[in-house]
Amino acid sequence: MTFIKTKIGRRAFIKNTSLASGGLVLGFSILNACKPEQTKVMAAVEMPKEWFEINAYLKIGDNGLVTVYTPNPEFGQNIRTSMPMLIAEELDVDWKNVIVEQAPYHPEKYGFQFTGGSQGIRRRWEPLRMAGATARQMLREAAAQSWQVPIEEITAEGGLLQHEASNQLAGYGEMASAAAKLPVPDEVKLKEVKDFRLIGKSHKNVDAKSIVTGELMFGSDYQKEGMLIAMIEHPPAFGMTLESVDGKAAKAMPGIKDVVTIKSFKDGFEKGGFDTNAFPELVAIVGNSTWEVMQAKKQLKVDWKPIAAQTETISGFRGKETRNIPAGLESTETHMAKIEELAAKKGKLVRKDGNPEEAFNNAAKIIERSYSAPYLAHNSMEPLNAFAHVIGDKVKIAAPIQIPSLIVPTIASSLGIPAENIEMEMPRMGGGFGRKAYAHYVVEAALISQKVNAPVKLIYTREDDMTNGIYRPTYHATYRAALDENNNLIALHVKAGGIPESPLFANRFPAGAIDNYLAEEWSIDSNITIGAFRAPRSNFMAGAEQAFLDELAEAMGKDPIEFRLDLLKRAEENPVGEQNDYDAERYAGVLKLLREKAAWGENKANVHRGVSAYFCHNSYAAHVLDLANENGKPVVQNVCCAIDCGIVVNPDAAKNMAEGAIIDGIGNAFYGELTFQDGVPQKKNFDQYQMIRMADAPKGIDVHFVQNEIAPTGMGEPPFPPIFGALANALYKATGRRHYQQPFISDRPPIVG
Amino acid sequence: MAKFNLNINGKTQTVDVDPNTPMLWVLRDHLKLVGTKYGCGIAQCGSCTIHLSGIAVRACVLTVSAVGNQEITTIEGLSENADHPVQKAWLEVDVPQCGYCQPGQIMTAAALLDNNPNPSDSEIEMAMNGNICRCGTYTRIKKAVQLAAESNNS
Repeated sequence: MTFIKTKIGRRAFIKNTSLASGGLVLGFSILNACKPEQTKVMAAVEMPKEWFEINAYLKIGDNGLVTVYTPNPEFGQNIRTSMPMLIAEELDVDWKNVIVEQAPYHPEKYGFQFTGGSQGIRRRWEPLRMAGATARQMLREAAAQSWQVPIEEITAEGGLLQHEASNQLAGYGEMASAAAKLPVPDEVKLKEVKDFRLIGKSHKNVDAKSIVTGELMFGSDYQKEGMLIAMIEHPPAFGMTLESVDGKAAKAMPGIKDVVTIKSFKDGFEKGGFDTNAFPELVAIVGNSTWEVMQAKKQLKVDWKPIAAQTETISGFRGKETRNIPAGLESTETHMAKIEELAAKKGKLVRKDGNPEEAFNNAAKIIERSYSAPYLAHNSMEPLNAFAHVIGDKVKIAAPIQIPSLIVPTIASSLGIPAENIEMEMPRMGGGFGRKAYAHYVVEAALISQKVNAPVKLIYTREDDMTNGIYRPTYHATYRAALDENNNLIALHVKAGGIPESPLFANRFPAGAIDNYLAEEWSIDSNITIGAFRAPRSNFMAGAEQAFLDELAEAMGKDPIEFRLDLLKRAEENPVGEQNDYDAERYAGVLKLLREKAAWGENKANVHRGVSAYFCHNSYAAHVLDLANENGKPVVQNVCCAIDCGIVVNPDAAKNMAEGAIIDGIGNAFYGELTFQDGVPQKKNFDQYQMIRMADAPKGIDVHFVQNEIAPTGMGEPPFPPIFGALANALYKATGRRHYQQPFISDRPPIVG
Repeated sequence: MAKFNLNINGKTQTVDVDPNTPMLWVLRDHLKLVGTKYGCGIAQCGSCTIHLSGIAVRACVLTVSAVGNQEITTIEGLSENADHPVQKAWLEVDVPQCGYCQPGQIMTAAALLDNNPNPSDSEIEMAMNGNICRCGTYTRIKKAVQLAAESNNS
């Protein structure tokens, strides 16, 4: 057993006394006098008459049913199943007796309610188990007091409390009222990994039934009596802003209530890291129904004007930063020219080991390759939307949002209301991928509601969503390797940059494995906004690095997995430098598991294999991708995947996420691209922006996890970045040419490598 | 504005709307049947798939005036209690991630199996290719369609 101080989320254990105090008299309990097997069957059949709140995360009904409040917003990772599993595990209750409810936004009770950065399970691993263990301890204490026996002699398992010596038995429901009134224990015991009954076993998605029946309410499904529908009109190009609007014709259209303008930030407001917004001044059109508003939107006459160059200070996760936003209308062609220019110059030095300059001077052979990837739009299936109802100095919000707490200061400032008057529900998101961490649309809905004095649901059209910004940046990286006369790798140089940020992770593999190493970076300012996109920066660097290592292995005459393992062995046994961000042993572990599971080394007719591995978000993932040529077209046959993300809470759900990451990555690598002409995004909807579809998805995916007892690390993102490299390397085998530029399938002439 | 009597999920519903209004918005805004989702508005993503006389169609481009007295089935009307073979297969395979596209995927799959109870892999791919899943659950969707076909034929 591990003793853990109940220190995290202390407020979560301050009980709601109004609920708990109602429980002096036990309600009718169907568990009374039942034998264990009977209680298990009966407990699930009816709702309790009374609930007893033990802490913010759970309440227990008088019949033993447990309601778990799951703290984080959901957008497909299945945390609404896996987080309650953590609580139920330590509470030790049968899973079928658990009801899951979404907690509202309430950081004092639920801590940082953030879904992103593959942090969900990792951050909640201890606090949620503690919430369950605390409740279990209080139930045992209540039984000990009731039966006048020592707490140590009371077992609590599967929803039943038992004192064997005196032959006393009670369901959790019977002791819930008494337990709810007890003080929160200072210390609780958490289970050993070997004692887990729920964690590590697959449990189906608790929301699956409501999804397949269409009953599940996403943010965009929110309804309220008297609610109006709103849409926005943003500038047609980055580098433009609102000058004036003539809304007369639009307002005269059927069902239209109003045309207003809104300003998303108060002057002087200090923006946070997720306040990114290229279009803070907007026209909003409000009416009775979506179709009417869509039609009237076409009648708006808006004049736009160029923005002025500006500098803004952002207070983000990395402290205060200054962002330069240039004026002008940017185009992909001019971006490319600037990238070429910067990539050819010396970059900003980020890391240097040994004497790379000398090693390159003495090299028998130098291999240099450059890689690039374009802007990407997130394209969540559910376009941006938000419900808001401002009444006086209060606002009620229901919106799909990944980080509710970080938009609160903006809403408070822009509406001119106290932050504590903001009430937020967190409906399920129809996809997020990072995009819904940037909640400008919530501020917009609130401002529109305030202006029209009515409850409002703001809906972005697909075109609004795709052209609003906050894209995955465009990136470039040049790798150089120095080989000696015996074909040994003696130096590696990486220079990476992007618009407007560099993707470089200077301390990741293969740093630490090479004596002479140089990492440089550069960036180019832009007024096209960018934001987190599933595994930010890693989603480019992994592909570039892993494609380069593949080419290097070939030049050195080595097997690509063996080559990586050799480097990792060096990094493990005698690392270069002290700031290496990865665990070489675990990194090698996924490659070894992958080599075995994929039967690496076995050749099949018309199967071209590419391998890739990467570390990010505290986890390790590796893939072997099998490609076949079918009528001159590359078809992905199978992907074999190995992951080390520590303990896997819900294995089949984790596999689902890995399968999704692989398909998402193949789609973006093959087709994903957004270009610009004079500030105008050149794709606006799915007729132009090619998304991966079923026919292009792998025919099979098998996912394998490294078994260990390490606390869970990231899962949503790590399998995504390396698939770009696996695909590039398989394409080389299939086509005989290296693919350096994403998207890999494109009209542009190939670079012969 | 004009009145339309629509036969939706076995019931007659009357709406008073602009004749050009797509069925997607009639369902969502006027009849509060929000299981049919908006994804693109131009019949490219399949999130709004419904059945019109048993055929899978995109509700975002089907105007209310074009429906007449044809039967419409939405995800809410596919079964009484999630027990349509396609829904059962979806639950068995545990397909969804975010879940937003899944009603549309299920409606396309159900129409496919009505017309072709034993589709080949390539027929499944062809029928389902109009439905985008941004989370990438395609391998599970295909497995669920195969499973539903097997259960229908057994």
